[in-house]
Amino acid sequence: MIWETVRLSLRSIRRNVLRSFLTLLGIVIGVAAVIAMLTIGSGTTEKVKADISKLGSNLLVVRSGRPAGPGGPGGLDQVVRPLAEKDLAALVAHLTGARVISPASQKQVRVIFGTESLTSGVTGTDSAYLDARDWKLVSGRPFSDSETRSGTGVCLIGETVRQQFFGSGDPEGEIIRVNRTSCKIVGLLEPKGYTGFGQDQDNVVLMPLHAYQRRIAGNRDIDSIYIAADDRTPTSELQPRVEDILRDARRITPDRESDFAIRDMTQIADAMASATATMTGMLGAVAGVSLLVGGIGIMNIMLVSVTERTREIGIRLAIGAHEKHILIQFLVEATVLSLLGGIIGILIGLAFAGLASVTLTIPFAPNPAVILLAVGFSALIGMVFGFFPALRGARLDPIDALRHE
Amino acid sequence: MASGAHLITFDKVWKSYGQGEAQIHALAGVDLAIKRGEFVAIMGPSGSGKSTALNIIGCLDTPTAGTYSFMGIDAGRLDRNRRAMLRNLYVGFVFQGYNLLARTTAAENVELPLIYRGVAARERRDLAMQALAQVGLVGREHHTPAELSGGQQQRVAIARAIVTRPTLLVADEPTGNLDTARTHEIMELLTKLNKELGLTITMVTHEADVAEYAKRTIRFVDGRVASDTAKLEVAQP
Repeated sequence: MIWETVRLSLRSIRRNVLRSFLTLLGIVIGVAAVIAMLTIGSGTTEKVKADISKLGSNLLVVRSGRPAGPGGPGGLDQVVRPLAEKDLAALVAHLTGARVISPASQKQVRVIFGTESLTSGVTGTDSAYLDARDWKLVSGRPFSDSETRSGTGVCLIGETVRQQFFGSGDPEGEIIRVNRTSCKIVGLLEPKGYTGFGQDQDNVVLMPLHAYQRRIAGNRDIDSIYIAADDRTPTSELQPRVEDILRDARRITPDRESDFAIRDMTQIADAMASATATMTGMLGAVAGVSLLVGGIGIMNIMLVSVTERTREIGIRLAIGAHEKHILIQFLVEATVLSLLGGIIGILIGLAFAGLASVTLTIPFAPNPAVILLAVGFSALIGMVFGFFPALRGARLDPIDALRHE
Repeated sequence: MASGAHLITFDKVWKSYGQGEAQIHALAGVDLAIKRGEFVAIMGPSGSGKSTALNIIGCLDTPTAGTYSFMGIDAGRLDRNRRAMLRNLYVGFVFQGYNLLARTTAAENVELPLIYRGVAARERRDLAMQALAQVGLVGREHHTPAELSGGQQQRVAIARAIVTRPTLLVADEPTGNLDTARTHEIMELLTKLNKELGLTITMVTHEADVAEYAKRTIRFVDGRVASDTAKLEVAQP
């Protein structure tokens, strides 16, 4: 009986191809919008997560200035006291549960090779930095300990810097000018691509911290300290230890707030991901409104269909159809119609999301649960908005219906 | 006992529309009895109540007052769905305008009442073919109404009416849209079904020569039975 009715409704949809298509359009656009939004959204979430994990996993980053909060970092009541060599030394001496501790200072500096020039993020650090940031070398070698200690003019460059100066050629052994000093390229960093915020992570030059401090910054400050937790220690456990050691090293009395901030990258990753997810949900909800409009379209066309087929309903009632038969017939028709729209919408939405993932370089992340939900929801819309017209058809008086011209 | 002997009985049946002063009585206290196997023509001027009476006979409509009994069942007091069930089981309908589903083949049109009965597809097809054979339409099963002549369409409608092997056939001006030759063909078909299957037929018509095919003619005037004459020359079996 149901199968019979589905066949019947498919035939009636085929009979009015153009009208059926126009009716479908509302649902198609609605579902396509929802699917595209949610798929692009979850792709973006993945991208953000991946970007943050590129900064290094299980990573704490210490910077000078007060922790974010009321007043913000480096409030007006105190001059920001930079991190210093002795803070780093205290961490190295006392911190347990850390795999890597690495200092870094950075600055945007003009880098020159031959006649070409480029403004790059130049970072002074040590060889452990690569480990902390989970960064590998494509070729060459990291700085040696002696180079780090003595502040020799050697450097590692990112992919963007290589492209600018050497194209696809081998940069090793070449000498570039960074600010007013020169340094020899000893290695090429693995490309990391752009962050979710459009920052080129490959436009970098790394050099030993002492070389940076002496030749570029002109001071002994450390901007940040990267601390990677070992495998057994969660960052949440490591963080208070770091804080204690630094407060002690910086002689901060218990009644005063810390003048440095510790950022837990894992937490930031989670926060970013949940923010993107919220955004995605909101966009999806907006797109969902268009589904509602599609549903009203279905209702409209089903009312027309019932009126147009009043005589047919009369015949069916006269030869013994019950109210429920007529109800089911039109309900199935509306459901099949909107389900069809839903499926077309899903295909278009996925195609759109696929296109977006290529142009925005985010991962294509279709969510089976969302797709299933869209199918179910479009069927539900057909049922809900088809119910009133179907009921109207089922309640017709057979005598009046037969008389209808 | 009367309901046992008669397929159809009207006991002071009234059908009224409107309220108070403006009230109109389509049927004003009709008494009527039709036995199984009868072939009855119902005649009368328009507005005489003949169509209303036919709708009540076919369980499409219910009286405002009085009792309509069909096969001994008080059909006038049944709800919509029960009357639909009665129609599906015992009544076949033939209309003036054929009332076939457009863009649907003859066979599918004939199968329609069987679908609502829950008959399986294969059996439906067989029964539909049989019914189409009975009305002389073998070879036209896959034609749609638009590809059939008026007479052929009415034959499909008759096949649809008899496919359920009903007790009663209700025909509303079955030849109203047909020319003389086609009219006689259809009437001969109905006569044959009445004789061979023992099918009870009640038919509304306003053409005297069509009414001639019936064994009994009931004439309505102003909502009442004005005359009720049986054809004497036809012997009842």
